[in-house]
Amino acid sequence: MAPHFGLPEFGFLLRGLQWTMLLTLVAFAGGCTAGLAVALLRTCGHKGVEWIVRIYIGIFQGTPLLLQLFVVYYGLALTGLKLEAFVAVAIGFTVNASAFLGEIWRGAIQAVPRGQTEAAMALGLHYSSRMRDVVLPQATRISLPATIGYLVQLIKGTSLAAIVGFIELARAGQIVSNQTFQPLLVFGVVGAMYFILCWPLSWWGSRMEARLALASQR
Amino acid sequence: MGYTLDFSVVWHAMPALLWGCVGTLGLALAGMTLAMIIGVAGVAARDSKAAWLRALVIGFVEIVRNTPFLVQIFFLFFALPLIGLKLNPTATAVIALGVNGGAYAIEIIRGGVQSIHKGQLEAGYALGLHKGQVFRFIVLKPALRAIYPSLTGQFIMLTLTSSICSAVSAYELTSVAQRIESDTFRSFEVYFFVTFLYLAISWLLMLSFAVISHRFFSYPTR
Repeated sequence: MAPHFGLPEFGFLLRGLQWTMLLTLVAFAGGCTAGLAVALLRTCGHKGVEWIVRIYIGIFQGTPLLLQLFVVYYGLALTGLKLEAFVAVAIGFTVNASAFLGEIWRGAIQAVPRGQTEAAMALGLHYSSRMRDVVLPQATRISLPATIGYLVQLIKGTSLAAIVGFIELARAGQIVSNQTFQPLLVFGVVGAMYFILCWPLSWWGSRMEARLALASQR
Repeated sequence: MGYTLDFSVVWHAMPALLWGCVGTLGLALAGMTLAMIIGVAGVAARDSKAAWLRALVIGFVEIVRNTPFLVQIFFLFFALPLIGLKLNPTATAVIALGVNGGAYAIEIIRGGVQSIHKGQLEAGYALGLHKGQVFRFIVLKPALRAIYPSLTGQFIMLTLTSSICSAVSAYELTSVAQRIESDTFRSFEVYFFVTFLYLAISWLLMLSFAVISHRFFSYPTR
């Protein structure tokens, strides 16, 4: 006798949702840190370094996230390190995020008017101060809508951890669906949970984009 | 660990993998075609006079864009048979890709149509062009050119997304790879190589799109 979809099943999905959120947070934090390094290297002015970083970004943009996850997951297993599934998939998403955020911020850094950098140079500011105090604050503002857009992508992307067997929201949904034989109800609820997580962010991002567009018209 | 990498399994499986590439391209092409149909119909409905139709399209776009493709394809996998569509996994995958891509296509095409200034049409009529000519030279071609980069980018995204269709065992590259993996247990080698097959597919698509763009859209604008 299969159990019906009730409170215990809903609770199981909620725990999956927690893992989805945790995975997103860890990957986003890690991706922001590594992505900043990627963006700075991509705009460092050294042709060779910029090319290498460009290829790095190109590989992540030109291959499916699912395959990236597989390669990192099974690649880490080969190194002999006994990592938990959570750590392995978190590393996979972090690397992916570093490339995408790096590319977004590269665009934002280059969108800051060149005169700003020149003025900072004329004032005698060295590289770190020029970046930290002049360029990056402006680039952050420019890049915010796209960064939020990527965060939504990341939340949706973490569902792929289900395919390598990590129990987050999508995998929890599969399990409950198999137990209750109510796939439409279960995946409907799972979809609604993702929607509640993503939609406010999307809305916030597009509103900010509209405001930035207005500001740049003036 | 005494593990030594052995890429010979990949070499032996090469014909199957290349057929998988063909499957992926076919899946993406069919999905994109459906996405374009949904996109054009959606744009028409999005600007229709009926408020409920507009709301329906907006709701559709928001739901698709804010939920994962994996959940969408699972949902459709179980929902389609209920409305009488008993399809094989690959056909289900085409529909899922089409529905997903359609939501993005609506936004892209709508942006292109809106980019045509009304004054352009009036100028066209003033020059004595008839309706068909105005549509072809003043609406269609410039609009296509405006949305071409986003649309081709979307096509590449859709091709990469199609790897997720392996979750319902549709015939494409990733599911071929999964079968080889379960036969040989060489997970890393297989997936590593297949990742680069996808990269090759992406580059091939980008190159073809650039050639097409150069051929059709390289006229001066001002």
